[in-house]
Amino acid sequence: MSARSRTLALHGAVVAAILALHFILPDYHHGILARTMVLAVYAMAYNVMFGYTGLLSLGHALFFAAGMYGMGLSSIHLGFSPGPAIVCGVAAAFAVSLIVGILALRTSGVALMIVTLMFAQAGWYLVLYFGEYTRGDEGFVIPRAARMLAGFDLADASNRYIAALVLFAFGLVVTLKAVESRFGRVLVAIRENEERARMLGYDVFRYKLGAVVLSGTLSGLAGACYGILFGYVGATFASVQYSILPLLWVLLGGASTVLGPFVGTYFMTYLIDISSAYTTAYMLVAGVVLVVLTLFARQGIMGEVRRRLIPWLP
Amino acid sequence: MDFGPYLVLAVLEGSVQAAVLALTAVGLSLVFGVMRVVNVAHGEFFMLGAVAAWAIAQSFAGHPAVGFIAALVFAPLLVGLIATGADMVILKRLGYDPENTIVATIGMLYIIQQLTLMTYGPDARPVPPPFNTRLSIPWFEWGDGGLALVWPWGLSTTSYKLAVIAAAAVILVALWLAISRTRAGLIMRATQQDREMAQAFGMPVAWVNALVFGLGAGLAALAAVLIVPIQQAHYLMGEEPLLLSFIVVIIGGLGSLAGTVAAAILIGMSDGIISVFFSPTLAKILSTLLVAMVLVFRPQGLFGHPPR
Amino acid sequence: MAAVNLLATKGLTRTFGGLVAVDRVDFAVPRGQVRALIGPNGAGKTTLVGMLCGRIAATSGAITFDGRDITELPAHRRIAMGMAYTFQVTSIFARLSLRENVALAVRRCGRLDERQVERKVAEALSRVRLTEPADQMAGDLSYGHQRLLEIAMGIAQEPQLLILDEPTQGLADSEIEGFNALIRSMAGATTIVLIEHNMDVVMETADYITVLNFGEILAEGKPQAIRADAAVQAAYLGSA
Repeated sequence: MSARSRTLALHGAVVAAILALHFILPDYHHGILARTMVLAVYAMAYNVMFGYTGLLSLGHALFFAAGMYGMGLSSIHLGFSPGPAIVCGVAAAFAVSLIVGILALRTSGVALMIVTLMFAQAGWYLVLYFGEYTRGDEGFVIPRAARMLAGFDLADASNRYIAALVLFAFGLVVTLKAVESRFGRVLVAIRENEERARMLGYDVFRYKLGAVVLSGTLSGLAGACYGILFGYVGATFASVQYSILPLLWVLLGGASTVLGPFVGTYFMTYLIDISSAYTTAYMLVAGVVLVVLTLFARQGIMGEVRRRLIPWLP
Repeated sequence: MDFGPYLVLAVLEGSVQAAVLALTAVGLSLVFGVMRVVNVAHGEFFMLGAVAAWAIAQSFAGHPAVGFIAALVFAPLLVGLIATGADMVILKRLGYDPENTIVATIGMLYIIQQLTLMTYGPDARPVPPPFNTRLSIPWFEWGDGGLALVWPWGLSTTSYKLAVIAAAAVILVALWLAISRTRAGLIMRATQQDREMAQAFGMPVAWVNALVFGLGAGLAALAAVLIVPIQQAHYLMGEEPLLLSFIVVIIGGLGSLAGTVAAAILIGMSDGIISVFFSPTLAKILSTLLVAMVLVFRPQGLFGHPPR
Repeated sequence: MAAVNLLATKGLTRTFGGLVAVDRVDFAVPRGQVRALIGPNGAGKTTLVGMLCGRIAATSGAITFDGRDITELPAHRRIAMGMAYTFQVTSIFARLSLRENVALAVRRCGRLDERQVERKVAEALSRVRLTEPADQMAGDLSYGHQRLLEIAMGIAQEPQLLILDEPTQGLADSEIEGFNALIRSMAGATTIVLIEHNMDVVMETADYITVLNFGEILAEGKPQAIRADAAVQAAYLGSA
């Protein structure tokens, strides 16, 4: 089997398996998987920048929230139907990531982390400041009537699962395409040795900007879809916690693997869900996982799988 | 109240804020300067200081001053000890790699915060101040008989707030003397200048790291003990000082002590003043954007000199 | 108008603080020439080529390349115009395969399909006589072979001007012979600027030599003339 077809077979099998689970899973697990798939797209987007390009952002919530609020505000205040509202959200995330990229990429390393963090904090405060429109911390609900997409009621759990799966498959295709393309190879080269990549004649800044914009726009798509699928838009999604979570998911699942972000998101969602049944301090799990991962398992789950079992894993 | 007295009030509140902020930020700056570690858990050490102060003050009966003084001594020590342990168990094993340590300190942030939630609970609890006399402040007004002294209603502060400002100033001067005049300070500065050289000269770099991390956390805890009679101890109270300390350390120039103090005064005052006249949220938006822009266009900070 | 000189500098100067590393250098290389740049340590050789390829900004002076003023161009634009640079301290993608290292160099130069890329990669690797399997990690190569890989990345770009900064450092004698043969095979088609300490390599490969000392050009000439130059001997050869 050629490298290309075995990659297609593997990822096709994952999507098919999730489709099969749709008919089997009990409600609780069905719901978690639907949510995980949407958040996994956010994690995959984060991975484009962190895993493949080696740029650690602490402010991705800004892009996620740009997509979510671009969708939500245009839906509530302008009466947009889901399609245009999602487009609106994606456009907002594209614009925000372009501006943040142009500014933040003048820095690198620790400074880049702090700059992205600060931009995201400013975005979060903006949501709170314009509480008149955003309803601040409390957030707002997208009414059921505004969640009809091409005749499908997205408030219905079954439709929602399928919609999430379509989004997830789209995310997989985009990241696979990006990673295996010339563009993706250059991103990896920049991660490995930026100066060498520059001296091979690559315009490093433009490639990095491309990575930020792709990552930010895809994050925005995930945010917009999360809002429309689950019918709620709130400031939590703009807070620093939602910048840390994708980092956590990607580290756990395995940075610079295509399936890692999904695996990490899935495990972490369960861990947090289970622990929140026992204690309000469920974020303790996140803290412990972060420390343990940095100390003992930098590769993450799929990174280990690649190292031990499937060396060709993309 | 007229504009003038209002401004005086804002400046006073801003000074208290700036004093506490300077202590906290100097702790963060020290850790960054000597260890090159960006400690995202710094705010949680601040919070731990406040919670420890409450616990210590609780266990002393009698005059509030007794419990408070005990807290002032023991809370920073306790927090410093915890931080030293965290450095030896976690950060040292990561070899102080910048990205890994940031991720690990994010993990520590959640661990400390959530453990506090599990044990101390979600309530905000006060610590009584050791003394708290209300002091009215006079204001000058042009009246019929020329310049007259008036006592506008609401223009007042407390003796405790003034003591906080004084205490922070004393601690900062003592810290500066310790760093510039003592042998321990010399070793710290040597490590900051050239870590490998310091190691080659047989300086105990591992211990310097552990102690500096403890000292940084202890300073944050000390600041928290000072402020806890004015604010209350709460498990989420670390977020704001963390963000403000970041802002201050970056605007002041990473690792520069004098710059940090200057920036703390600038940010503490302007935050206080903008918050009084406009909205606190707007103040936060402006200062976070300012920090981002400083890092992008002037990475050495507003007060630093460009590297040659 | 085809200029005779592919590359020329005029009054090129670089200072670091108070130190003048390169001092008003006028340096010109005709098309197709193999030019060696020699001089004692600290003479400013690496700084000079750093300015040529854009890694280091010039303090003053001008550089023309292929008939165009490139003084203000960023490094990647100069490379895109047909320069290639190999680092003095080996700089490869250690965690990528040999194939990917060279393929990154090949792919930048034009829209090729993967089969063509693969062919050019194999060609470049065999020209520098790297025989390791192409899917081996570059970081696992010996130091000398990493130097060869670095050179392979340079020639894979099919540059007009190839700048080599101490390419033979760390190579075994047999590998140096191979290197000399490689350079001679490229001479005429590719213009080469070569910083080199090994005088045997210089004498064997160079058409023309420029001697740099204290940031200034001390002498220029054919290998035989330079070998006979008393001032050069005093400054450089005499100490070798």
